[in-house]
Amino acid sequence: MPQSLGYLKETASQTAGPYVHIGLIPHMAGFDIFQNNFGNVLAGAATRGERITIEGRVLDGTRTPVRDALIEIWQANADGRYNHAADQQKKALDPDFRGWGRTGAEFKSGLYTFETVKPGAVIGRHTRVMAPHINFWIVSRGINIGLHTRMYFSDETDANAADPVLNLIEQEDRRTTLIAKRTNRDGKVIYVFDIVLQGDDETVFFDV
Amino acid sequence: MNVRQQVSERDSEPLHDTFLPSIHPVEFYQRDLSLHPPAYAPGYKTSVGRSPRKALLSLQNSLSEITGPVFGQNDIGLLDNDLIRNYARNGEPIGERIIVHGQVLDENRKPVPNTLVEFWQANAAGRYRHKNDTYLAPVDPNFGGCGRTLTDDNGYYYFRTIKPGPYPWRNYVNSWRPAHIHFSIFGSGFAQRLITQMYFEGDPLIKICPIVHTVADESAIDRLIAPLDMNAAIPMDLLAYRFDIVLRGRRSTLFENRLDGN
Repeated sequence: MPQSLGYLKETASQTAGPYVHIGLIPHMAGFDIFQNNFGNVLAGAATRGERITIEGRVLDGTRTPVRDALIEIWQANADGRYNHAADQQKKALDPDFRGWGRTGAEFKSGLYTFETVKPGAVIGRHTRVMAPHINFWIVSRGINIGLHTRMYFSDETDANAADPVLNLIEQEDRRTTLIAKRTNRDGKVIYVFDIVLQGDDETVFFDV
Repeated sequence: MNVRQQVSERDSEPLHDTFLPSIHPVEFYQRDLSLHPPAYAPGYKTSVGRSPRKALLSLQNSLSEITGPVFGQNDIGLLDNDLIRNYARNGEPIGERIIVHGQVLDENRKPVPNTLVEFWQANAAGRYRHKNDTYLAPVDPNFGGCGRTLTDDNGYYYFRTIKPGPYPWRNYVNSWRPAHIHFSIFGSGFAQRLITQMYFEGDPLIKICPIVHTVADESAIDRLIAPLDMNAAIPMDLLAYRFDIVLRGRRSTLFENRLDGN
């Protein structure tokens, strides 16, 4: 036997279960316990950037909405910088923007919503620029390990065409599963992003 | 015992800081998916319709994966880690009083300091305070069942609660979950994000639970089982269970071009 490397092993994932809301978004599950509740509004009054709404449904293999899904997003600010020490890009930090939000699918409609600002492009590996995108993480009953994906923007055709991650998706038809359609409703900019867990237009999920 | 084994003792220096010059600790190690449940696990029926059928696309980490939200004491309240008190209305919740504590570490044995740990569970009877839980066991008027805390500078966390009971669920006709506490942990980068469940030493339901057995590796299952920790118990007050959590470790880039932006 060779020498032991001595690394620890990552703890195994387990499903978040049907009652994930009481732990992570209790106010949305109808119970008031914490003073500070994490939520789906990422942009404060002073946050820089174009205000956008993201909405959609998580759909299962029969295209039934996953009504107990818990979704988190992580994104850069409007200038394209993450609010984290590891991001040392020479761009301004926005002190009024953490860049993270969490919500549950609405129990009846299955619709989820986020209110945020459109992120700027972030530098990727080997000096290639990544197209503006929002990082998604989805957990629920029936999902054994959180699913990672990205949402890109339909109005960023040039940037998307050059995005290093979209270009890794061999089947070009599948790239469209990551591109949210820009729409306007009641004067608000809304990006619609459905996440399909299984089936013909299954969303591309990443092993990060 | 060779040098590396000696240094690998539990309370010594994290590996990479000692042996390898850590120039730009950046990306995470590739995840060892053999330690995790697969998406499709037919013994756990709901996973059948909610699991991707296509292969995941593996991505080398970029800034999007190695950065993540940072939380602080301003984000949480003083009673958030005390499930015995944080929903008590006219008395204390019924059940076995316990402390749950441990360390959040990464694969390099480095503590993960100041990270957000959230937890939720059923009450002592196995009933959740959630509108969708219709199990006939009673709701405890003095128990909410959720809390959160930040790990300290040593990656250490603790909370106190009532030991949850097992409960029935609609998988097979007579399926019961072992007593468990759900945990959610952030880490320092979004790709470390993890949700898991803690089980209790000695629970006979663990061996027959289809959700536990979505994990194929028996040692990985063992690492989800918290041992009774008599030294952390408070005599005449609270028993204690220890639950350490390991998140993905970061690589050190020795010769490669560093990740842009760093």
